[in-house]
Amino acid sequence: MTDNRLFVSTSPHIKKNISVAKVMWVVFISLIPAFMHTVYLFGVRTLWVALAALAAALASEAAMELLFRKKVTVSDGSAALTAILIVFNMPPQIELWKVALGTAFAVIVAKQLFGGLGYNIFNPALAGRAFLVASYPASMTSGWTAPKGGLLSISDMAFGVINDPATAKFVETVTSATPLGAIKTAKAAISDPALKDTAVKAVDTLFSSGMTENAFLGRIGGCFGEITALFILLGGLALIIMKIVDWRIPAGYLGTVAALSWAFGGIHGLFTGNPLFYLFTGGLMLGAFYMATDMVTSPMTRKGKWIFAVALGLLTFTIRTWGGYPEGVSYSILLMNIFVPLIDKYAVPRVLGEVKR
Amino acid sequence: MLTFKGGVHPPEGKEMSEERALETLPLPDIAIIPVSQHIGAPAEPIVKIGDRVKSGQKIAKSAGKISANIHSSVTGVVKAVGAYPNPVSGKGLAVVVERTGEDDWFDYPAYDPDAIEGSIIAGIAEEMGIVGMGGATFPTHVKITPPPWKKVEYVILNGAECEPFLTCDDRIMRERPAGIVTGLRLLMKATGAARGYVGIEHNKPAAIASMEKACSGFDDIEVKRVKTKYPQGAEKQLIDSILGRKVPNGGLPLDVGVVVHNVGTAYALYDAVVNGRPLVERAVTVSGGGMKGTANFIARVGDTFENLIARAGGAKDNAAEVISGGPMMGFSQFTVKDLPVTKGTSGILVFEEGEIADQPAANCISCASCVDVCPMKLLPARLVALVKNGRYGESGDMNLMACIECGSCAFVCPAKIPIVQYVRLGKTSLRKIMAREKAAKGEAK
Repeated sequence: MTDNRLFVSTSPHIKKNISVAKVMWVVFISLIPAFMHTVYLFGVRTLWVALAALAAALASEAAMELLFRKKVTVSDGSAALTAILIVFNMPPQIELWKVALGTAFAVIVAKQLFGGLGYNIFNPALAGRAFLVASYPASMTSGWTAPKGGLLSISDMAFGVINDPATAKFVETVTSATPLGAIKTAKAAISDPALKDTAVKAVDTLFSSGMTENAFLGRIGGCFGEITALFILLGGLALIIMKIVDWRIPAGYLGTVAALSWAFGGIHGLFTGNPLFYLFTGGLMLGAFYMATDMVTSPMTRKGKWIFAVALGLLTFTIRTWGGYPEGVSYSILLMNIFVPLIDKYAVPRVLGEVKR
Repeated sequence: MLTFKGGVHPPEGKEMSEERALETLPLPDIAIIPVSQHIGAPAEPIVKIGDRVKSGQKIAKSAGKISANIHSSVTGVVKAVGAYPNPVSGKGLAVVVERTGEDDWFDYPAYDPDAIEGSIIAGIAEEMGIVGMGGATFPTHVKITPPPWKKVEYVILNGAECEPFLTCDDRIMRERPAGIVTGLRLLMKATGAARGYVGIEHNKPAAIASMEKACSGFDDIEVKRVKTKYPQGAEKQLIDSILGRKVPNGGLPLDVGVVVHNVGTAYALYDAVVNGRPLVERAVTVSGGGMKGTANFIARVGDTFENLIARAGGAKDNAAEVISGGPMMGFSQFTVKDLPVTKGTSGILVFEEGEIADQPAANCISCASCVDVCPMKLLPARLVALVKNGRYGESGDMNLMACIECGSCAFVCPAKIPIVQYVRLGKTSLRKIMAREKAAKGEAK
């Protein structure tokens, strides 16, 4: 120990064995079971979609950082995480180049142009998805394929055995093959006297426990990451147990949606909705556990997390019920991302020993 | 179990030295005695080169309201008065005494702790240079002389020793419990407190048993077992854990009727009052992965880090960092040569390569780990952002000054941001701004 070799630092002199890269890769790994399930359900094409997204994410990240003469951080896992989250937001038939384009937008515009990891205002993966929905609405909202052993058409989902010619007209009007699209169409059809009986039957079938089970286990149409509620839930719970994800955001978000759906989501009066149907369909599980909890774009304080989560639930339910889209998770989160600095500014914990004012 | 909200669980490292009994070191041949070993104004030297001094003789006198006397730790001749390394300030004025023989103690009166008047205890603490020995080194006489309108109900002795690696308090609680209890009773007498508690983390069962035994004869004092969690030994957190009282933001423990002292301080007060010995020695843990051996020494003030490290077995070849105090709040040292043990040196830790925290900082990802662990319920990440951008006033509004610099936030930060350093920068800047504003106001009048 010669003096000129002594390391001098400010306290604390010991640090926990954790790093940004470790956090990102753990989140990435927690998504792998869900991804494997997606590959099982939709086949090898899923792998090509993932490869396109990963390549685009890493290349965009490295290119931008080289361009800005910054340290290249592709190994920190954040770009890879954005890529896999984008894959989960893609419909199964999406063209590979569109996936790559959306991912590049996410990394270049939503993340790097804002200053890189930690400075982005919007969740990059959702910004990428929003960019694609705006640019290629047709590819993003149709082109659904049935997962292996699953259901796709609304007649599969809701009518199954009904071969009543009277329903023919109704089936023609159906454009969406996802459960949330189906329920929205069915609910809208209730006001048409000619279709009322069929539509009510459709809603009741969709709200049945069999349908909930289908949604939970991935036997329904939807984006790669929308149909495998079970594995998203498992991955999310693992992150909560490891204290990487704060339970307050998923709890507040899912709880609000469940409560509102139960109270106002039914067609036979108050408290006749099926909350589980609304929890397990669409992008809610993915959004609640993996998108809304994105550290950079969610509030830091506990109070703020509750506010953020409940607001997300309100927005999602509002969009699903009255909006133009069947699903509202991604826009809810993007919208609430804007409010994060504001929430963090005002939802401040009381300092130890501070008296109530 | 008694505890507070927030905090972290760093690896304890105490197993390395907790079974090493206190070992009194041979007297140093040269004692380098800094005149600043406490918070507040440095003491003023009252000896000159060539003066003969006895062990315990005052060599520098308290210079101000918050300051402390300094005494010679050996019997010998003053060799130099000049700038020497200091474990807290980097470099500072020190009196160097060359030892000429065995201890020839300067005479001070000794008192019977049961008969002593409470009113004279603070004076003795002041005369004998007693300061807080947990590391903060606040002059004890100031702490036990509350303004008359503040009533002290409790004296809490801090035996939490929440800093990893340090075991010196553990050892004195195991080996010198009677002295500590006498010190506690003196502190209660001095402040008029009706009750005394000794707070000890539950990872020190031997110390708890030893102190419980020593307390057993007294109805008004009691050992409180507190949860092992950092920073359990921070006074506001300890008060919260034991009494559930929250020290007001910007206030002192006195505001909730409490004074907190380290167990080592209580022992030093006992030694000063009952044995007439000024504060010239203390327990020091020498430990860390960069050491070949570990020890708990009773070392004289002015003995050097270099000597203590050698006596404990020496440093490994790959030793990379030397810390005075604990790893969470201690001070990294530039050198060990001529670096003296002071009244506040609770530990000398030597870390090897790979044990040091030298990872570069990355961007903050707002993970809120710092928010979750902050025992003061601050928003460390936000404070860093404000300080980085020179927005000191706003950081003040966000209670920057309430930060106790415990380092829990920087410990858990995955981006390895030196949060405490930014806080210190912010505090220094904010103090300057406030002083300037005060001065401007004064001129305006």
